[in-house]
Parts: sequence; structure tokens; C-alpha cells
Amino acid sequence: MNAHAPVSSGECGVAVRAEHGQRAVFCGLTGIVWLHRKIQDAFFLVVGSRTCAHLIQSAAGVMIFAEPRFATAIIDERDLAGLADMNEELDRVVTRLIERRPDIRLLFLVGSCPSEVIKLDLSRAALRLSQRLAPGVRVLNYSGSGIETTFTQGEDACLASLVPELPEAAATEELLVVGALADVVEDQFSRLFSDLGIAARFLPARRAGQMPAVGRGTRFLLAQPFLADTARALEERGARRIAAPFPLGAEGTTAWLGAASEAFGVDPGRFEAVTAPGLRRARQALAAHAEQLAGKRVFFFPDSQLEVPLARFLSREMGAELIEVGTPYLHRSHLAAEIEWLPAGTPVVEGQSLDDGLDRCRAARPDLTVCGLGLANPLEAEGLTTKWSIELLFTPIQGYEQAGDLAELFTRPLLRRARLEV
Amino acid sequence: MQLTVWTYEGPPHIGAMRVATAMEELHYVLHAPQGDTYADLLFTMIERRAKRPPVTYTTFQAQDLGRDTAAIFKDAVAAAYARFRPQAMIVGASCTAELIQDDPGGLAKALDLPIPVIPLELPAYQKKENWGASETFYRLVRALAGAPSERDARNGRRPSCNILGPTALGFRNRDDLIEVKTILERLGFAVNVVAPLGATPADLGRLGEADFNVVLYPEVARSAAQYLEKTFRQPFVDVVPIGVGATTRFVEAVATLAGVDPAPVLADASSRLPWYSRSVDSTYLTGKRVFVFGDATHALALARVAAHELGFKLVGLGTYSREFAREVRAEAALHGIEATITDDYLDVEAAIQAAAPELVLGTQMERHVAKRIGIPCAVISAPIHVQDFPARHSPQMGFEGANVLFDTLVHPLMMGLEEHLLGMFREDPEFHDGAAPSHLGHAPSRIADAVERAPKTPLLASAPVPSLHVHGADAVRTAPWAPDAEKELKKIPFFVRGKARANTERFARERQLPLITLETLYDAKAHFGR
Repeated sequence: MNAHAPVSSGECGVAVRAEHGQRAVFCGLTGIVWLHRKIQDAFFLVVGSRTCAHLIQSAAGVMIFAEPRFATAIIDERDLAGLADMNEELDRVVTRLIERRPDIRLLFLVGSCPSEVIKLDLSRAALRLSQRLAPGVRVLNYSGSGIETTFTQGEDACLASLVPELPEAAATEELLVVGALADVVEDQFSRLFSDLGIAARFLPARRAGQMPAVGRGTRFLLAQPFLADTARALEERGARRIAAPFPLGAEGTTAWLGAASEAFGVDPGRFEAVTAPGLRRARQALAAHAEQLAGKRVFFFPDSQLEVPLARFLSREMGAELIEVGTPYLHRSHLAAEIEWLPAGTPVVEGQSLDDGLDRCRAARPDLTVCGLGLANPLEAEGLTTKWSIELLFTPIQGYEQAGDLAELFTRPLLRRARLEV
Repeated sequence: MQLTVWTYEGPPHIGAMRVATAMEELHYVLHAPQGDTYADLLFTMIERRAKRPPVTYTTFQAQDLGRDTAAIFKDAVAAAYARFRPQAMIVGASCTAELIQDDPGGLAKALDLPIPVIPLELPAYQKKENWGASETFYRLVRALAGAPSERDARNGRRPSCNILGPTALGFRNRDDLIEVKTILERLGFAVNVVAPLGATPADLGRLGEADFNVVLYPEVARSAAQYLEKTFRQPFVDVVPIGVGATTRFVEAVATLAGVDPAPVLADASSRLPWYSRSVDSTYLTGKRVFVFGDATHALALARVAAHELGFKLVGLGTYSREFAREVRAEAALHGIEATITDDYLDVEAAIQAAAPELVLGTQMERHVAKRIGIPCAVISAPIHVQDFPARHSPQMGFEGANVLFDTLVHPLMMGLEEHLLGMFREDPEFHDGAAPSHLGHAPSRIADAVERAPKTPLLASAPVPSLHVHGADAVRTAPWAPDAEKELKKIPFFVRGKARANTERFARERQLPLITLETLYDAKAHFGR
């Protein structure tokens, strides 16, 4: 049963439409909030404005006090007026930071809208500081600015900046799983690949000194749909992508593992033996939720690029009906298998015009609206049931063991609405 | 460049949003890059507003920078007007748009909309949130209050006033307003306009009809009130009625302004704070060391309440509102202390540790700092998190506000007393040294543990000091503690134990004693006695 998604470049009757206008989305800086927890000895220094600092503190909530490994170097008027040399200022800030946090091995200088607009060259700064702080600390840079990145694209930019630094791999075939996953999910996948007889490594690794190697023998499997630049950078290093849908739900996980197994020539019998227990548990966990979600009409506002795979999961495994699937950006080839799995005629909207989207949502009156926290309460107040989308990034949702949890994220708001009597 | 982990205030356009969101029939078009819409969720999540803030963002991206961002801005203004049909609009730039130098005011003017469009200049690299709120409100009042006209003589009509200052995302503004309105109505005043909260641009056009203004939050509304004083000759009262004393002064001030007798209202004052504070159960509050930090309005008010109405000893006072530094310094001087004027929470943390208070009154950040060092704490000022926009009525202002303050300030200490009792019985089998203080949430961190509780092993090591605050002098080795002195130290209530330990070690260090004995402990106590 070595079933995996048929890969096709066609769009299979799905209606993809681009939309322009006001966008209610996070910028890429937000990725720091989960990335810093993944790479345990990395520090993320945003070079930006008070707005950037305020954004991260709003997004990070209470996490900010557990000695967080992120901060903002706030550009002030002295920097802009040229009264202070911005590179000297940055060096001073970084020196102070490293003195305070000697446990840091990897420092990311994260570009923001202000630093991009004034064209502060953070890549040169990273190079200069890397030389100065070697060998204790490596300094890299990427942009998490709103003008260049939307929400999860911050992770893409971060991982893409790591790729040129990865050690060269030996020619042997090795699997690289790309995209930050919760540790528990990573461990499950690690066991599954090991049982399948595939040597798998993960990018990013949990520590800066243990990043995986990459080379001509590397086959990589994307665990997240928003990794366009990272994939390109890996391909430039000679690695080849294994096309697959994403590991959401029982079906998605099986197809994802299946694509890797096929690429590594795993015996179908062995594949079935390894995946059967997880698949059985996932289906069992999903059954209870499918009853509640069957026939429910779902509307996705754009947020993370996870919308298409999530919509596919809700439609195929939960029996939900898709009214509209918004995504900030649609990578046609990385999502080819997912698009193929969407019901024919599903309206997919790439980009956003917020007020127009809200008009369509209100007109359709969906049973469940997946949207950001800026929209969720206002839509609830209008009588629509919502699922706030950011939780899908912070909660372990991939793989067999999390399939039920994933479904529950969507059924809980429906259950709650039904339960409340006042 | 300033290295920042946490900011007390957002950028100035957040202040403008607080004013716009507070008002009705006003729309704000903000020239800002994609991503700046994060600010919406402060209002929809923290304050739990049921509507989106009335803000349209241009959300330009990199690909737009090569083209015409000015055109994007104009389109956004035109579309927002067509869709929302507001009575007035405000337009401005966020930090990034400030750098690309489109001119929101000029661009909006070129559209020639049939409503007032008020441009905002909010210098994002110099100023912050409260300044932005104040400036926005001032600009709105200036543009919309109209030309000065003669007010009719009162001729027996009730005196009327405007209430200025409450905004969206303001700490307890909703309930403060209810209390203040009640007081003013009892005094026989008509409330003409409340702004910004709940006001429309048309309401701002009626500001001049009132006889005087009441400024609830000087951070937001003092400059608008000064403008109204100059233009409409409306006097204003900016006594912030937080605490019984301040509320009384407030009542007297507004009554004097309008020439009415405050006595009936004051006689009717129903606050339970004075009696609660006099009841013998409160005796143990006398001289409790308290550290106060917040915005200027709340820090000043709470310092007075703490010192004069609860009998605490003020050992620290500070604010992040630099605009009000002088007033806060003056108040601190009255208590013989130096004010902490800073927007760096690490400085505040250091000041708290140096002052060794028994209670911290502060913002969300001080709550976390206090939790880490294991000191009771209450939140008295923004920035705040969702739990400080409570469902129940919980004003800070007026006589009911004083009741709320009594409970808020005493509750963590009562729990502290409970902990003390637990500590006294710690040798009993029911209790053990590892039990965490119940009111502090999670177990205290290791640092707090080490400072507050006698270390189990090694018995003779000196108390670790957080590495961030090690100064040269502290590097001098501290004498070890003799076991009996260590044991005696454990008998001191946990919330002053850290201070006792530090004082004793300092005493021993200054005298270069080789060992801290029972004698040293009590010699130091006598030397530093409160």
C-alpha cells in the first residue's frame, strides 16, 4: 500500500484567483517566536523600530520573561540622522548582548521594514561580526520584514540563511526533513524513518553546532508548505526535493512518509508494517471529529500558507465543505499534490483584499471561519464561529499521533458554540 | 540604537489607534507595511473588543516600493471613505512609511473629500504611544472643536463639563468613567461630551459648549485641555481622582470651578477604605515597604494612596512616562527617595532589588519581576494583559475605586502574612521548606529560591546574585555563614529574609569578618534597623 499523492503540475479544476489590497497578516518577524524555541542556542536580534519590538512582545505574550532569546535593536533618530554610525551602533549592541548571554552560539540579525527601507546592509554586518566573534558565535542574517515576508515566510528566510552554512555531506543518500516541527513530532517522525530504514536528519537542528549536512546525495522532504526559498537554496547545494503532500491528517502523513519511502526504495511490505499502527490510531482519533465536521462549511482567511493542506485535510478526511481557501502565497509546485487533492472548483484566493474578503465571508455565513486574532472576536460578535489560525503554528499538528488534536482544533469552537446557553 | 527586550509603550501610531478606536464615526488610514495590522489584536484580544478597530492600513510590500506607494495610499483613503462614510478621518504614517516620505496629509487633501481629514505627524523614532495618543487627541480637538464662540450666561442652567482622556486599551478607563460621571452628576453637573471614548467627530464640535473640562488622564488629554482653555476659556481640572484623598480634592476642585457646594457629595462619600485601613486588622500594614512604578498618572496616585491611605512606606517610585518626569521626581523627593525614570525594565528590576520592597505596585512587567524575586505584587498601570480588562466593575477612580484599591493592594500582602504563618510552622511535619508560595503561581525560580530561602547545600556558600547585576564591589568575597546563624536566618519572614541576608553580608564584608555568626546577624540587624 505504498500510496502517495500523484504529483501533477496541473491545477485540477481548482479556481485560483489573485487578490490585491489591504492584508491583515503578520510579518515574518513573528516566526522568531517559535524558531527561538526550536534552535536552543540561537539568539534573534531584530534591527528595527519600536513597532517591531512591540509586535514581537504582543505575539510572544508572556513568553517574553522566560529569558527569551530574542530582542530588538531599536533604531532611533540619532541613527537616522547619521549622528551615530549605524554599523558601530550595531556592533556595540551585539557586543553587549553577547557579554550578557555567553551561552549563545548562533546569532541571527533579523532585518525589518525600517532596516530594509534605509538599506542597512545586515549581511555585511553579519560577516563582520562573525569574524569578530569567531569561533564562539556565528552571525547570520535574514529578513523578517513585512514588506518582504508574510508570517511563516520568516521561517523560510531564516532556514534559507542557514543553508549555505551547512556542512558538505558525503555522497551517500540521506533524507533531510525541512521545517521546524515541535520536538515531539520530530521525535515521532525520526522513529518512523528509522523503522523504515531511512537515515533522516532535520533542519533546523535543535542546536547550532548540530545542523545537518547537505550535498548531492541529499533528498529533502518539506514538512511545511512555506519553504520556497529554503528549498531553492538546498537545490543550489545539489539536494533534490521529494514531492509530497504535507503530513497533516492520516492521509497526508501516509502520503508524505510514502513519498520518502518510494524515493529511498523502501519495501512496500515494510512501509505498511511500519505505518499501520500509527495510521490505525490516527483514523480512530479522527472518526469522532469527522462526525462533527462533516458537511460543515469552512472559510479560510490567508495567514500562514498552511491553508491549502488544512483545507484538503478538512475536506477529504473530515467531510467539510470549502467555501473559500485564502492563502498569502501559493507555491504551485510545492503544493501541486495538495491542490490536486482539493475538490474540483474549490475557490483558492492568493493574496488578500481584507474588506472584500470580509464581505464574501459575511455573505456566505460559513459554519467555521479560520482567521487571525484581529478578525476572530469581531466575527464571533457577528455570530460566526471562528478558529484562530495562529494556534495551528504553535500546536503540534503534524503526523499520525497529532491527527486527532488537529481535528479537535476545528471541532472545539463548534462544540463550544453548541454548549453555551447564554 | 537601543537594545530592547520589552517596551512599556508601543510606537506613537498605536496611541493614535487608541484614540481612533475609542471614538465612533472616525476612520484612521495608516500608511504602513504589511504586518503592522498586528496592532488590531491588541484591541480585539487584550481589550476583547467586538469590532475591528476603525483603521485601514495600506499594507504595502517590497514590490510596491519601486512603484507608487503614494497612489496606494490615496486609493486606500478613497476606498475607506467610500466604504465607511465616517464623519472625519485621520491619516498618518507608521515608522516605515515615515522613512519613504510620502506625505499622507497632502495626498489625502488632494482627494478633496467632503469631510475633515486630519493629518497626523507622529515621529516614530523619537516619540511613543502615550505621546501619540495625546497628539492625536489634540489634533482632533483643534481641527473639530470649531471657532471660539461666546457661551451663554448660565442663567440658572446646570453647569456642564467635558470629560477628557479615556481611550481604548486604557487601564480601567471604562469603569473610571462610570465613577467620575456619577460624582459629577451628583454634584449637579451635566456631562456635555466624553472624549475620546464614545465620542464622534460631531461631538468634538460641541466641546466648546461646556463650562469646564475634567482631565482624567493627563498623559492623553492635558494638551487638548490646554488648547480648550486657551481657545474657549474653559478652565480644566486635572486632579486625578484615584484614592480617597485625591477624589476629595477632585470633588472640591470641580465644585469650586462651578461655584457649587461639594459638602453633600463628600458627606455621602461611601468609600470603605478609610475604615478598613483604620481597623486593627490593618495595623500590620504600617510601614510596609512598597515600590511603585507605572505611567505617571497611576504611579503618582498610587504612591499617595499607599503612603497616606494605607500607611505603607514608599521605598521606590518611578515612571516610564518621561514627559512627566519632573512631577514624579518631585513626589519622590517628598518621600526622601530618588525617582526611577526609565523605559528599560532591567533598570526597574535593579531598582526593585536595591529597594528590597515587601510589595510591588507596577505594570505587567513588574508583576513578572516580582514573581521572579518572590515579592507580592499588584498591577496598577498599563501595559497590562488581558486579565486586567476584567468583566466585573473595577474602577481605580472615585470612592468605589478606592475600595477596589484597598482590596488590590492588601490582597497579595494578606497572602504574604499567610505565608509568614506557614513559615513559622515550617518545622511542623505538615510543612516543608520546598513548598512554593501559593499566590505566586509557579514555583519560585532558582534565584529567588536562593535569595529567599536558606540554601540546603552547601550550607556555607554565599547567596548567589543574579549575574546581570554583579558589580565590582560585590566581587569581594563574602564571609561564610555559621550553621546556627544560617538557621536563625530561616526564622526571619521570607519576604524580608533576602534583605536581612544582604544586609548581614554587607555588614560582615565592610568589617571583613571571617565568619557570619549569630552575633553578626543581630549586630547587622541593629545597625541597619528600619
